[in-house]
Amino acid sequence: MSEATATIEKLSDEEKQVIRPPLVLNKRTMGWISSYISSIVEDKTPTWWWVSMGITVPLTLLCLACLAYLIATGVGVWGNNHPVGWAWDITNFVFWIGIGHAGTLISAILFLTRQRWRTSINRAAEAMTLFAVVCAGIYPALHVGRVWMAWFLAPVPNANGIWQNFRSPLLWDVFAVSTYFTVSVLFWYTGLIPDLATIRDRCTSKIKKFAYGVMALGWRGGNRQWRHYEKAYLILAGLSTPLVLSVHSVVSFDFATSVIPGWHTTIFPPYFVAGAIFGGFAMVLTIMIPACAIYKPLHDLVTINHVDKMCKIILLTGSIVGYAYLMELFIAWYSGNPFERAAFWYRAFGPYWWAYAAMMFCNVIAPQMFWFKFFRTNLLWVWIIVQFPNMGMWFERFVIIATTLTRDFTPSAWGMFHPSWVDVCTFLGTFGLFTTLFLLFIRFLPMICMFEVKAVLPEADPHHGEAHH
Amino acid sequence: MNSIGDKSAPVFGVAAEFSCARDLYHAAEKIRDAGFRRWDVFSPFPIHGMDEAMGMRRSLLGKIVFIGGLSGFLMAVVLQFGPSSVLYPLVVAGKPTNLFTVPAFFPIMFEMTILFSAFTAVFGMLIMNGLPRLNHALFNWDRFKKVTEDKFFVAIESGDPKFSERAVRDLLESLGGTNITTIHGD
Repeated sequence: MSEATATIEKLSDEEKQVIRPPLVLNKRTMGWISSYISSIVEDKTPTWWWVSMGITVPLTLLCLACLAYLIATGVGVWGNNHPVGWAWDITNFVFWIGIGHAGTLISAILFLTRQRWRTSINRAAEAMTLFAVVCAGIYPALHVGRVWMAWFLAPVPNANGIWQNFRSPLLWDVFAVSTYFTVSVLFWYTGLIPDLATIRDRCTSKIKKFAYGVMALGWRGGNRQWRHYEKAYLILAGLSTPLVLSVHSVVSFDFATSVIPGWHTTIFPPYFVAGAIFGGFAMVLTIMIPACAIYKPLHDLVTINHVDKMCKIILLTGSIVGYAYLMELFIAWYSGNPFERAAFWYRAFGPYWWAYAAMMFCNVIAPQMFWFKFFRTNLLWVWIIVQFPNMGMWFERFVIIATTLTRDFTPSAWGMFHPSWVDVCTFLGTFGLFTTLFLLFIRFLPMICMFEVKAVLPEADPHHGEAHH
Repeated sequence: MNSIGDKSAPVFGVAAEFSCARDLYHAAEKIRDAGFRRWDVFSPFPIHGMDEAMGMRRSLLGKIVFIGGLSGFLMAVVLQFGPSSVLYPLVVAGKPTNLFTVPAFFPIMFEMTILFSAFTAVFGMLIMNGLPRLNHALFNWDRFKKVTEDKFFVAIESGDPKFSERAVRDLLESLGGTNITTIHGD
């Protein structure tokens, strides 16, 4: 440390600005990284974990009970009805799928742009992606009504001799979301292989050795393996980058390709993607800040610098979303289309004005706090502020979906939406499902990508300690 | 002499331990220059520039994935035009069912290309790495467990044309390797 400080002191101010803060604090070694991260998986199950599961598992069961009730009774147990045929179900679908996008952004886009700080958060963020997509998938699957007919979404020959309409954005959505889930699983698992090998090599009990041994697929860490591995990882990152942008674009096509005023806009794809990243980063921080508070040494890996950077991304994407809201309003006026104007007038001043106001406040105004370094670097404040995007993004989807449908062209077809208790309980239940899956992940899998964090340590450089030339 | 595994089984190779990435990198350069072919270096993380140090070319995986992606794209073309234009032409809003409908088919073509490419990348990588496998001669060596933690290893296999246990041991020792061990297979 003293040697390094002495070198830095000799530099001029301009040169000092070029030196970046270390990605891993307190000079942690490779051995420490392995043993600390693995110890989270290896140690006795902590009490807080059982307490948390005691809350989230009943919520998960509540979700499953509501779904069973819906399947047994019919989709009418939800509040959807004419004219609001898409309501909380599609709102929640878009909400959850959007949350997943931050995970892929961190794992793929930040990888391609060589943002090496991503290494300590990508594993947990990717896990979050998968669990969010699981929660998202529930809604359209159940919304089809007769769930046992959901296989009609797949283009397979059937006895009726009918085929899907491949020009429908709803079918594009089936392909986009299922591809997204599959590729996310592949990406996540590929990243896990070397770390599962670490746990395999450390664990002592026979059952664990067998389980992690099978999951690690016999990984040995030879360079003849790493070179294909790194290539595969790079390719997966390259594939996931356009994929994640396409998924929320396709989701937005569900609305944009219709002729409903308020939906039929070309701004939707970029606006949805920015919103998804915005809401997703908020969720990453929502779950990572408590996780690091429980496992305090993780602050050496997920540093305040990481939080600061994520807050900046939230500020950027939140401002893009704010711009999109204002542009929508401007175009509604500028288009001169009376229906378009009316749609936005009703959004802002109609019976759902409170949802629109909540959306505007949570997504556009609240994140502006992140202009100040104090709010970006104080963990408690960060956690409080990111709850606004979490809520705001739900309200955004509710505003777009439900309030648009309550009033379309003919006033005789207007009507309000009222959620039923099944709507509320299913939505609460998906939070239980999401958290339960995340708790299981923390307990059984290494939540930080150990091998990638080791690779960003200074001593991982094969020319470390040699003279620069 | 230090050896591991079933002594009556054939020798898999000779392995040595190194303490840091830099030493491993320079050892790899020397082994490459000595003209060995069947050998490998093992590390807890991928080491930048190790491919050149070992004298290996770029991984072929990229080209294989291109073929995978292409087959996904063609699959989507057949999957969409087959039913929509031939088996079950469905006229929606007066839109054509022939080639002119292709813009509406782009999203699924894109998704299928990505899906097939991703599968090819992962399974291609596993096949090229000889995975999954349940066991390996190197796992007989207890010290090798540290390869996934913070130690670095070199193993020169007995299948190499230049392999001789004595000479390889001397080479690894001269490169600064420690705990030089002969590994027997099962």
